[in-house]
Amino acid sequence: MSTEPQFDLDRPWRLDDRVAVRPEPFGALLYHFGTRRLSFLKNATVLTVVQSLAEHPTARSACTAAGVGDRALPAYRRALATLAESQMIKERA
Amino acid sequence: MTTDTLPAQTAKVPRLVEQFEQGLAAPICLTWELTYACNLACVHCLSSSGRRDPRELTTAECKEVIDTLERMQVFYVNIGGGEPTVRPDFWELVDYATAHHVGVKFSTNGIKIDSEVAQRLAGSDYVDVQISLDGATAEVNDAVRGAGSYATALRAMANLKAAGFRGFKLSVVITRHNVGQLDDFKALADSYGAQLRLTRLRPSGRGADTWHELHPTAEQQRQLYDWLVARGEQVLTGDSFFHLAPYGGALTGLNLCGAGRVVCLIDPVGDVYACPFAIHEEFLAGSVRQPGGFAAVWRDAELFAELRSPTSGGACQSCQFFDSCRGGCMAAKFFTGLPLDGPDPECVQGYGARALQTVDTSATPRPALDHSHRGAGHGKPVPVSIGPRPVGPPQMPARECDENPLAGLVRPGASGPPEAPGRIGPLIQRT
Repeated sequence: MSTEPQFDLDRPWRLDDRVAVRPEPFGALLYHFGTRRLSFLKNATVLTVVQSLAEHPTARSACTAAGVGDRALPAYRRALATLAESQMIKERA
Repeated sequence: MTTDTLPAQTAKVPRLVEQFEQGLAAPICLTWELTYACNLACVHCLSSSGRRDPRELTTAECKEVIDTLERMQVFYVNIGGGEPTVRPDFWELVDYATAHHVGVKFSTNGIKIDSEVAQRLAGSDYVDVQISLDGATAEVNDAVRGAGSYATALRAMANLKAAGFRGFKLSVVITRHNVGQLDDFKALADSYGAQLRLTRLRPSGRGADTWHELHPTAEQQRQLYDWLVARGEQVLTGDSFFHLAPYGGALTGLNLCGAGRVVCLIDPVGDVYACPFAIHEEFLAGSVRQPGGFAAVWRDAELFAELRSPTSGGACQSCQFFDSCRGGCMAAKFFTGLPLDGPDPECVQGYGARALQTVDTSATPRPALDHSHRGAGHGKPVPVSIGPRPVGPPQMPARECDENPLAGLVRPGASGPPEAPGRIGPLIQRT
């Protein structure tokens, strides 16, 4: 089975500068101009999380502020891990 | 509001693919043919290119289109032709697009990719290049694309490699004569640091005249499918081959016809068609020159509203594989004279081949426009007689490709393979 991806919810994160976000009825499209890859965000909450990462001290607090509860958090952590892996989001210094 | 249940469990939202069938706020994959002018006369040219159309969009009009695309957040355009680089303002338009946050991937036969151009291209993150080549040998390629075209393409590839441009695309239209060269294409791409892209031959443009001789046989289609499954991990397909899914499961990609939903074409005179393979008034949605421009066409065109509304599946509805192929390619059906709600001409169940036998070929739709070169030696099909070579056995499942924006999506339908865990989560989907 798949292993749990690495992602530190307690670090500060942000969208990569080369990523554009296009809201859509289903959530959003993300496009990275450097890697030329697209990702699809599948709901509005994950979009809110991603767009607000830079304003929060940690990814966890961005999730909380977007209304992500404890039970849903692992799914959001996985989503963020995937976005980090594809360089859509990056850790802030 | 708290989101304390997983979105996948709430299941209130329609599946992504179903939402795509209803269309998006803007296209994901927009093809823009900048000119019908071309130095070549490929026998399968999907836009019947050759001569420049005097009504071609001006530089200023092209920039207006780019402004619109920027506002609509169309992240990138696939620029083609014709041979787009023969437009005198080509580089100006590329620079304008990238300065306005519209990335460019352009298709070329390589004619203008000298070492200076290659160095310039290698320096830009926002420009990608796709070199067209339809044979892994000059013999096979030049029979379709014309004498000298193999050498031109390889020279361009050598220049790109020398300039340090990694990962440009080597784009191949699969035919009866090159389907045996898949391993050779892969090796060729690898040797230039390029990524291989394979797409489907459509009976569009001059392809309408040559499709019957050039399209892969049923046996070759199976070979192609098996090769993609075994070796296609790093091979792009532009979501071309979803009609082959009934062979044993979806290949990577959207596996539905994106025409007018997530895909469309702007032609050199600004006409907007549902897809690049459907240059015919039947699929003409409007023009960027009309009030409201491209945005209004995408949003309001009656044709697009129709394409985004639910379809019945027609004669294919009762087929057990309908969920995996969705009836195949609209353009392929149309230009071979088959009904749009029936089987694809290359239906792997053989329904298309049977249906083709009953088609009155004198009455099949003709491409609306023909910009082919006039006169001897131009635009005439070249007889080709090169046999295929066998390909290897399947070994492992295909993986996502990263070129088509829709790649990585699962096919619709409950009977399909489950969404791959770890790769496609409930919250995001990656290409």
